[in-house]
Amino acid sequence: MLTFTIRRLVLSIPTLLFISLVIFLLLQLAPGDPMAQVPLTVPPEVKQKMREALGLGAPIHVQYWKWLVQFFWVEPQVLVDHWFGTAFSEGKLRVISWQTRSPVMDIVIQRMPQTLWVVGMSYIVGILIALPIGIYSAYRQYSLFDQAGTFISMIGFSIPPFFSGVLVIVIFSVNLGWFPSIYDTTHVVTDWASFKIQLQQMIMPVMVLALQTTAQISRFMRASMLDNLNQDYVRTARAKGLKESVVVLVHVLRNSMIPIVTVIALGIPSIFGGAIITETLFKVNGIGQLLLTALFANDLPMVMTLTFIFAILIVVFNLIADVLYGILDPRIRYD
Amino acid sequence: MTDQNAEIETFGALQDKEPQKEPQSQWREVWDQFRKHKGAMIGGGFLLAITLFVLIGPWVWQIDAKKLDIRNKDLRPIYTALWDSDARVLWARPLGTDNLGRDIMATLIAGGRASLAVGWTAMILSLFIGTAVGVCAGYFKRLDGVLMRITDLFLSLPILPLLLVAVTLFRQPLRAAFGPEGGMFILIVGVIGITSWMPTARIVRGEILALKEREFILAARSIGTTPFLIIRRHLLPNVVSPIMVSATLGLATAIITESALSFLGVGFPSDFPTWGKLLSDAVPRMEEFPERVMLPGILISLTVLSVNYLGDGLRDALDPRIRGR
Repeated sequence: MLTFTIRRLVLSIPTLLFISLVIFLLLQLAPGDPMAQVPLTVPPEVKQKMREALGLGAPIHVQYWKWLVQFFWVEPQVLVDHWFGTAFSEGKLRVISWQTRSPVMDIVIQRMPQTLWVVGMSYIVGILIALPIGIYSAYRQYSLFDQAGTFISMIGFSIPPFFSGVLVIVIFSVNLGWFPSIYDTTHVVTDWASFKIQLQQMIMPVMVLALQTTAQISRFMRASMLDNLNQDYVRTARAKGLKESVVVLVHVLRNSMIPIVTVIALGIPSIFGGAIITETLFKVNGIGQLLLTALFANDLPMVMTLTFIFAILIVVFNLIADVLYGILDPRIRYD
Repeated sequence: MTDQNAEIETFGALQDKEPQKEPQSQWREVWDQFRKHKGAMIGGGFLLAITLFVLIGPWVWQIDAKKLDIRNKDLRPIYTALWDSDARVLWARPLGTDNLGRDIMATLIAGGRASLAVGWTAMILSLFIGTAVGVCAGYFKRLDGVLMRITDLFLSLPILPLLLVAVTLFRQPLRAAFGPEGGMFILIVGVIGITSWMPTARIVRGEILALKEREFILAARSIGTTPFLIIRRHLLPNVVSPIMVSATLGLATAIITESALSFLGVGFPSDFPTWGKLLSDAVPRMEEFPERVMLPGILISLTVLSVNYLGDGLRDALDPRIRGR
């Protein structure tokens, strides 16, 4: 298992390098010019100087190499400096955003809590709702509950977040006026009243994202439970005279959770991608919204770094899912 | 000799001169199984209805979707008159008009055309790429490693951010080359197709790997059939069912992705309606005109829902282990 993990870790390095190269080339091929917004009265030679100041004059491979060094060497040093108060990164050039002229990673770290708070909460809520639904609808297969659960999860699959989000805004904030339609990120929780406000503004984005998670995971949970409920060991457990709750919730559930844990791990990066829409809709200034504004402003370093962070998330969680699968299920051997 | 004949004839099983039931072709059985799935039948019917609605619609409902009628702007749909007698409605505009006086019924039809066209084309493109990669990886051992590595790489790309990047950055040159609408169509179909073929490729490769070892392939090879012919005549017909199932999934994702791109404001130009575009354009004024958000949203959701149910039914009907039970 350890060798497998190490092998996968080593293999993920060229994968990540290749992905970064693809993203970089895509951005290089793109015709957008960061100087497009500069007034026409600026003479061309000044424009050329500005371009070189942004690091655009160098050949492509030099630019790519510089980005690699900045991202993989300088940024970790900055992190170490921040944690331990050392001075490794003194005077070294970091990845700079073209919009704000400040380091990209600082902005990302500013935006991260909002995204993590909303997205992470929605994922947890979605899983907590999905698991009981999946278990019960597998236990009572083809019952009314199961049929209803299937129908609702089909709807959850089919309604895109940009519609369900608009729908809940129309119903709950326009017509009923229960929740605010805009997420206020400057809000600080100090006492009970402000906690209630925080809860109110979080409910809608969290539920919109959770609907999708619930639909997916409850389906997987049901299928996995059904696979296990007909196994011989279940009959044995019942024949031993174990209580039905022990049979289902201990014996069957533990075995059914093996594939579900990997599905949950695999779903984490995609929920970050999906959050782009929800963040735009509820005006949460998280990472997704940052990516969108950076794209429209032609801020290539920011776009490059953010897209690459998403790629790292995918690769890392794929790795975690594979390793977890091997740890949880001793029958799975990778070597 | 006659004794022996009489003895043999007593075996009941041997008296069957012909099969008891008329033998049926495979597709007939698939259809019989498919018909039992109520959700799939309703879904298929609805998909057909909505396709006909957008295809024949422009001939029946002859108002131009782009025609501005500024005097009749901001009309409400007819049914709002039921509870609000002050609402401005007009019988000639059953679903109302938008803030420039364009007929909503006509824009919905035109938008549906665009959305479904993007969905179908992108789905066909991704199926084509996926099947080609899957067949090559499964059949040619030398290509297998390389192609599957590429598939894994594509699977670890962040799809939605990359789609956003590609669409925003390549909008201008394609627009210049193929016109604003054609260029956007090619771009969106292309990026959705290129980023969604991986599941199909994996499924097809698995099927081909299993089929390749069967005797009929050996027989075909032994009489000197070329690899190309083996793939076309013997392998492809046998992987049609998993391809069809992933086609439905692909159609659903393509429609949702296109609408999401339009919603985020990187889709088609603003005078070219698609369902996602209509929805996102209506969001700023949804308090006064909720129907402009609801109608395209409901159409997207119902189409995707029906496609998903259709895929569910197809999966059951095409699985020989479930069929006939």
